[in-house]
Amino acid sequence: MIDVGFLAVTALLIVPVGAALLLVLLSGYRLGARLNVGAALASLLAAVTLFGARPEANLYLRVDDFNIYLIVLNNLVSFTTSVFSASYIAHELETGRLTPAYLRFYHAMYQALIFAMNLAFLANNIGLLWVAIELATLITVLMVGLYRTRAALEAAWKYFILGSLGIALALFGTILVYLAAQPVMGEGLPAMAWDRLLDHAKAFDPALLNLAFVFLLLGYGTKAGLVPLHAWLPDAHAEGPTPISAILSGLLLNVALYAVLRFKMLMSANPSALAPGPLMVGLGLLSLLFAGLMLYRRGDIKRLFAYSSIEHMGIITFAFGMGGPLANFAGLLHMTMHSLTKAAIFFAVGHISQVKGTQRISTIRGLTVTHPALGWGLVAGVIAIAGMPPFGVFMSEFLVASSTFARQPLLALPLVLGLLLAFGTLLWRLHGMAFGKPDSGPAAPVQASTLPMLAHLALVLIAGFWLPGPLVAWFHHVAILLG
Amino acid sequence: MHGLAFDIAHFLAGGMVVASFLLLYQDRLSALINVFALHSLVLVLAVGWQAHIQNAHHLYVTAGIALIFKAIIIPTALHRIVRRLGIHRTLEVVSGVGRDMLAGTGLVALAILVMLPVTAKADALAREDLAFALAVVLLGLLLMVIRHNAVSLVIGFMSLENGLVLAAAGARGMPLAVEISIAFSVLIALIVIGVFLFRIRERFDSVDMQAMDTFREGRRR
Repeated sequence: MIDVGFLAVTALLIVPVGAALLLVLLSGYRLGARLNVGAALASLLAAVTLFGARPEANLYLRVDDFNIYLIVLNNLVSFTTSVFSASYIAHELETGRLTPAYLRFYHAMYQALIFAMNLAFLANNIGLLWVAIELATLITVLMVGLYRTRAALEAAWKYFILGSLGIALALFGTILVYLAAQPVMGEGLPAMAWDRLLDHAKAFDPALLNLAFVFLLLGYGTKAGLVPLHAWLPDAHAEGPTPISAILSGLLLNVALYAVLRFKMLMSANPSALAPGPLMVGLGLLSLLFAGLMLYRRGDIKRLFAYSSIEHMGIITFAFGMGGPLANFAGLLHMTMHSLTKAAIFFAVGHISQVKGTQRISTIRGLTVTHPALGWGLVAGVIAIAGMPPFGVFMSEFLVASSTFARQPLLALPLVLGLLLAFGTLLWRLHGMAFGKPDSGPAAPVQASTLPMLAHLALVLIAGFWLPGPLVAWFHHVAILLG
Repeated sequence: MHGLAFDIAHFLAGGMVVASFLLLYQDRLSALINVFALHSLVLVLAVGWQAHIQNAHHLYVTAGIALIFKAIIIPTALHRIVRRLGIHRTLEVVSGVGRDMLAGTGLVALAILVMLPVTAKADALAREDLAFALAVVLLGLLLMVIRHNAVSLVIGFMSLENGLVLAAAGARGMPLAVEISIAFSVLIALIVIGVFLFRIRERFDSVDMQAMDTFREGRRR
């Protein structure tokens, strides 16, 4: 008998690697873009198969209720982004910002990045998780520097230094977790397998676990863009190719947060260890408020939405820090909604900066008149990300706020303040870009594919009205698992 | 615990901390690279000794990787890069050596104060190694903070990674996957860095990171 689940997991890892190798060899960029889309679709299909057939967990890989939905989300967004990327890069090639040789590299790296993220989600071994995130970091550093401009190189360098520091701290934390586990579980591989660690976490030395968690939170928190450690994020988003901004915001931040949550579950399993909640609530609130304030003075459209990503990572971290079934549910929902909406916004922004030839907000005016499809897409995306009904983000933000009011009214005040700040700024910025008087400059036509953007926005809109019953049950179940 | 075996392990791990201090006040790039090679060499000895007393053969591999990459290939490559950039004789302004040393001493004290109480139940060897490893990590961070030169930053980061390898070696029976990946990451990192240094040089005519800091959103207008 064939184990379908095992095959699906293998496909999730082998397909991107195989595609990456093939893409290095292929020279035509059209063929490369098609192969990229095809491989991403194959990974998505493999991910969906996991719902039906789940493989047995082993010491390296594991599929459980928590990561399965993130794997599907990850492959869904990488698929739609690859469709967007195909039309985006065609324009970049025309304008000469990228050459075919760079595109070959870009496509291969794109698949390698999908591999790294899938590996991070599938990993059962905390060492393997670390390796996957390290790999994803190095790949994105190369991608951010792709344009080879002064600003792009600086952004990549900053990201490289800060990202590596975060990764180094996370490794120290990982070693400490192993040290805490080793006296209880003995030497060797089982003491690094996450599910076994969870079973034995009660007996671990709480002091070591506490120290480990601080390092892990700081380390992976850097990768998730939490505030004192966020400095790389806006630059990396603004200077890299836009499809990579979409992947960074929509997916890679989730990967880092997922790692934090896995370790949070370990901490919660040990009654005498430090409660991880307050730390996460603090970092989350700080990120939210800081990003809310920073949004005001942004002059660059991609930077604006990069700060908005910091804000939303803050909200999600806050929600998981509060804990409890309702807040966790809201956190999971918000993670999904943010990925979909932010990716859609970056799809729009990518084409907008191409048609306008600039990323400066002050020179982007009257989009709904000059480019109706892109303009209204951006309007819908920003309204959604600012948390207005009827979109799904409103629902998840509402859940976060209401569960906080019910339990810690004092914490709800800064939360709501941060949400309102970001809300106001985003709409104010949007107004000029979408409805201002268009300048007389040449409005270059662009062959934009709006399909990926519309698909994402439709999903977010539907989620605002109606969540399918099985999905709600699923999120409830995972929310309880998260504790 | 065998008294002498423990003392030697202790001595070698302490040697890494001393080498980290040496890194702090080198003002010439080629000297900095040489001290980094020394730092890695002490790491190789420390990991090799751990392999011997723990009877863990995979640690010999780790030590070998560290010897080849970190003590030989990377310093040689960095020397070449620095020479090709023509900055091997440049003196880097290292102001306030005394202040940096004091800060470093404080960080070592912090590392010991944090690690020793926390690991009270772990075996003595892992404890000492971990405290020293944390000290090396923190000193690497300090080096990255006080220097502006790209090459110095890279060396700070790699000395920090040496500290991590020491920690991993001290943890009894830690699986090999991690160590290999560290070596691997350093290798990739070097490629990235090599490319970067040349590109940065191309665009900025300098590898002084302060020159790069002028790029901020506000000031670009």
